[in-house]
Amino acid sequence: MHSDRASLGLRIAALAGLLFLHLPILLIFLYAFTTEEKSYQFPPPGLTLEWFAVAWHRADIWPPLWLSVQVATIATVLALILGTLVSAAMAQSRFFGREQISLLILLPIALPGVITGMALRSAFSVMDIPYSVWTIILGHATFCIVIVYNNAVARFRRLSGGILEASADLGANAFQTFRHVLLPNLGSALLAGGMLAFALSFDEVIVTTFTAGQQSTLPIWMLQELVRPRQRPVTNVVAIVVFAATFLPILIAYYLTRSGSETAGAGK
Amino acid sequence: MTASPAILPERGPGDRLTALFWRRPRLLLALLLGPPLIWLGVVYLGSLLALLLQSFYSIDEFSGVVKEEFTLKTYAELFRAQNLDIILRTLLMSAAVTLGCAIIAFPIAYYAARFAKGRWKAVFYLGVMLPLWSSYLVKVYAWKLILAKEGIVTWVAEHIGAGVILNAVLALPGIGGNSLSTAPLGTFLVFVYVWLPYMILPMQAALERVPTTMLEASADLGASRSQTFRTVILPLALPGVVAGSIFTFSLTMGDYIIPQIIGTSARFIGLAVYQFQGTAGNLPLAAAFAVVPIVIMLVYLAIAKRMGAFDAL
Repeated sequence: MHSDRASLGLRIAALAGLLFLHLPILLIFLYAFTTEEKSYQFPPPGLTLEWFAVAWHRADIWPPLWLSVQVATIATVLALILGTLVSAAMAQSRFFGREQISLLILLPIALPGVITGMALRSAFSVMDIPYSVWTIILGHATFCIVIVYNNAVARFRRLSGGILEASADLGANAFQTFRHVLLPNLGSALLAGGMLAFALSFDEVIVTTFTAGQQSTLPIWMLQELVRPRQRPVTNVVAIVVFAATFLPILIAYYLTRSGSETAGAGK
Repeated sequence: MTASPAILPERGPGDRLTALFWRRPRLLLALLLGPPLIWLGVVYLGSLLALLLQSFYSIDEFSGVVKEEFTLKTYAELFRAQNLDIILRTLLMSAAVTLGCAIIAFPIAYYAARFAKGRWKAVFYLGVMLPLWSSYLVKVYAWKLILAKEGIVTWVAEHIGAGVILNAVLALPGIGGNSLSTAPLGTFLVFVYVWLPYMILPMQAALERVPTTMLEASADLGASRSQTFRTVILPLALPGVVAGSIFTFSLTMGDYIIPQIIGTSARFIGLAVYQFQGTAGNLPLAAAFAVVPIVIMLVYLAIAKRMGAFDAL
């Protein structure tokens, strides 16, 4: 006789697993308020708000933050254009090489980041391309395409071809159909994809270290602080900013797409 | 009564293009596929080719300049004892992390797939998705705080009287160290934490596809709960486990941040690639090291495909 209630052991293991996934991140918040700046002493000897002010006035944080925002914005826009185009092509017809193309889109995120990074680094070296903002963007846009693609192609699949034919029957040309029929239907999926792509790019560090040269994005700044810490709580304040910049987009993306059968985010 | 024409008159270039797309659907397809394929083909595949090319170059030992002529010398260097050590250590760690993830992920995936309904379903979904997407570096940093010698693990262990156990574990050769944040055990823990969601998702997808009628049939035929679990659920969930292991294995193999921040400074493949291209300036050897995970993953994917893992993705 199989019952529809989980055994106590299973329930405890499942809940403990979820807590294991979430509790560590809370400590980041706690340590942003500690008065101890030389070690990670627990419990914190005292609590203070001064680190938020210190972080605000530290001149070395603003340029990396600005660079990260720039890179993530441009990479997201590029990924939105390229991802939408390829998902439209993949959704509307079957053609030779379709499987290979879907593998090609997936590859930048399926292979470990160190390979993508090292590959780009080799290419820049072979072709003598100097590092710049654009070399960072090149890498980020490449692995963001798949995020937009996943979201858009799922929505295309749900969309019945009938409404496009109806639009044509009513006299609209391809561009009018795109503007008045396709775009409103794709909108929230593209927004969700764009949000996730932004979050992924804003937080990316593995590929970036290979393509950035001397410049730092915010994650690279954080990595340097992790290796050689100074004023440790300031790192926590920045970590909270980075956390918010990745946490909010996925939450919004979830609410944008949860009505459908395909919810955003399942394929990172 | 005037008859209106069946075909509307053309209103402009938009209409003309629409007619063209209608007559030649391949043209539209080519226009849609062109830009993304050029981008991925040139930027991504081009880079992978450059990586391969670079790995067949070698470095001049005296001047430190890359010699741009074809040689297998760099690949031969991979078989030196210290480099084989790096590869072996990475493989062991990847296998251990994959196993650890599978064990912790199973109850979560099983509960979410079979028992969670309504609100709880959403809780479990977001509960896995939020850690998956939240900042990788922030997660690693959180563990640096947790595992530090003066950190929360030591504090808790001392307050529940488990300080002795913690010290005994840290004294173990091979996995122990001065504190968890400088021990291989710490590296393992952080790897398991960071890649856990990648294991839960495909596992849950596979478990959700196990039909309840099959469980009922098993019960009707007299199987006990644990028999059903072992002989029906586990075999059907296996492709999901294999699919998840592709991610945990590949991600562990390529990571170079976690071993750099938590653990001994013993090198893994990712860290070797990073150091050879950076401080050592030996781009060919770094490239050859980067080819190793590609080859291993190709073999791994071939085996996974045979086990039906791709249907679970």
